[in-house]
Amino acid sequence: MEIQSGEGPGFLATNLERAVAWARKYSIFVYPFVTACCGMEYMSTASGHYDMDRFGAGLPRFSPRQADVLLVVGTISHKIAPILRRVYDQMCEPKWVVAFGVCTCTGGFYDNYSTVQGIDTIMPVDIYIPGCPPRPEAVLDGLIKLQAKIENQKQAL
Amino acid sequence: MTPTDTSKETRSMLLNIGPSHPAMHGVIRLITELEGETVIKVEAEIGYLHRAFEKSCETSSWTQAIPYTDRLNYVSPLINNFGYCAAVEKLLGIEITERCKYIRVIMSEISRITDHLTCIAACAMELGAMTAFLYLMKAREYLYDIIEAVTGGRITISYGRIGGVKGDLPADIGPQIESALVKSEKEISEVDKLLTRNRIFVDRTRDVGVLTRDNAVRYSVTGPMGRASGLNYDVRKAFPYFVYDRMDFDVPLGERGDNYDRYLVRMEEMRQSMRIIRQAILQIPDGEVQIDPHFKTMKSFDLVDEAKMGRTEGLVNVISEVEPTLGGMERPFHDRVMPKDKRVVLPNKGDTYGNIEGLMNHFKLVMDNHGICPPPGETYFAVEGANGELGFFVASDGKDRPYRVRVRPPCFFNMAVLHTMLEGYMVADIVATFGTINMIAGELDR
Repeated sequence: MEIQSGEGPGFLATNLERAVAWARKYSIFVYPFVTACCGMEYMSTASGHYDMDRFGAGLPRFSPRQADVLLVVGTISHKIAPILRRVYDQMCEPKWVVAFGVCTCTGGFYDNYSTVQGIDTIMPVDIYIPGCPPRPEAVLDGLIKLQAKIENQKQAL
Repeated sequence: MTPTDTSKETRSMLLNIGPSHPAMHGVIRLITELEGETVIKVEAEIGYLHRAFEKSCETSSWTQAIPYTDRLNYVSPLINNFGYCAAVEKLLGIEITERCKYIRVIMSEISRITDHLTCIAACAMELGAMTAFLYLMKAREYLYDIIEAVTGGRITISYGRIGGVKGDLPADIGPQIESALVKSEKEISEVDKLLTRNRIFVDRTRDVGVLTRDNAVRYSVTGPMGRASGLNYDVRKAFPYFVYDRMDFDVPLGERGDNYDRYLVRMEEMRQSMRIIRQAILQIPDGEVQIDPHFKTMKSFDLVDEAKMGRTEGLVNVISEVEPTLGGMERPFHDRVMPKDKRVVLPNKGDTYGNIEGLMNHFKLVMDNHGICPPPGETYFAVEGANGELGFFVASDGKDRPYRVRVRPPCFFNMAVLHTMLEGYMVADIVATFGTINMIAGELDR
């Protein structure tokens, strides 16, 4: 996108796909599926000090139908896994999934009978943010990477 | 019976709240039976965050279990750390150093404040007070800065060690803690002004979710919830551990046992915790480290190289520099926070890198089947967690792995009594009551 200025008011030259990508990138509505420890860092990231709102992802939506990004925050046990999958299925396209914390990436150090060894065994994942829990800076970095991914992918129009 | 008759029949309605519900912090399912807007029966289904804590402890060594305790109550992990370590120390019969006791008290109280801040913030947010949430998160961030300066981590810190703590406090931590407390206090008093006399907040919480003193005793509810119901029990006062008996603090008690009382008790407990921290900073022994100026410092890998080449003269007096993450574990600091007990305490990093005895000692303690081996036996030790009595029952069969680690999570009892606090009230009160209980799924489901 670039602003062309000449005589009179300027105009914006772009194609539809790039405009949509730009809009989607900066209006992320997250559904925080918070189960465990990582929720503390999610709260910190969303609050004033780190301020996720700077990246256009400030408003959490607690209804899967209104959300674009499913933020899976915290350990997923085998008991909660079907519920997580159902939340994912209820979300409308286009949708993205962020695995927040090492438990959601690989199961972390909960290598035992009760923990799902990474949520990518039950749903596709776009961005992995490892860390136990990841620092807010790492979360923001993950968010920026997700935005880059959203911008560069083929947009369903 | 005709179809028209059945249509007139009134039936109660079953409603699931959770497990994926913004107000059910973490994961819990409340199966409620409603008659109109009134709740007539509640059943809580737990176990959605079962992470096999107890089983994992049995397959790891005594020291390796410490990170698992962090993640029990992840809002105040330091208290869990120290509770577990103190239980194992009781089993081993180790007396920790004076300075370490003060460090544990200071860090526990900082953790308690962060826990209460999070609880009140979440509760206020669920009742629509987003501003209070943001203010309290700001206050919590100042305290996380202190925790980070001391332990190197923000939340899951693994700072406790059997016999002491990971490392000594940084040199100038006193003024840092004081300034963090002043800043947090300011935010807390702002929230006090916003919430305590707020008509909406008081209406939603006053005389709602009442827990009677009898019920609190019957269900063995402890902590802020029990105290809000007038149950005068605080482990710090009843069975003083570390150096709580030297601290001057009050235990706030509620009268009605409703949500508003629980809120007030938590607010007051934060102020009392700050009092304790300030006293502990004044009393903590060995404020300064005496480092002999004649001692040389050397990078630890250079030290090893020198020793390999046989140039060992004077190496005994060289202090090896360690990487920043091991700060507070150098020789001058190590002895202040760790007892001299080679059975359980890793040697200081200077000795580990600098001489063969230290290396051997370290090696013996981290090897499988050679680590810390408490004598066969079992013991129970309780600390005052942010939600109530947090107890650890540890059993040893003389091996380097725990035979059994059982936690008494305070939340479990709070969940058991939950139905008496919800039944008879309105559906909308569930959120308010549940918010003030401060359910932490990590320690509830383990």
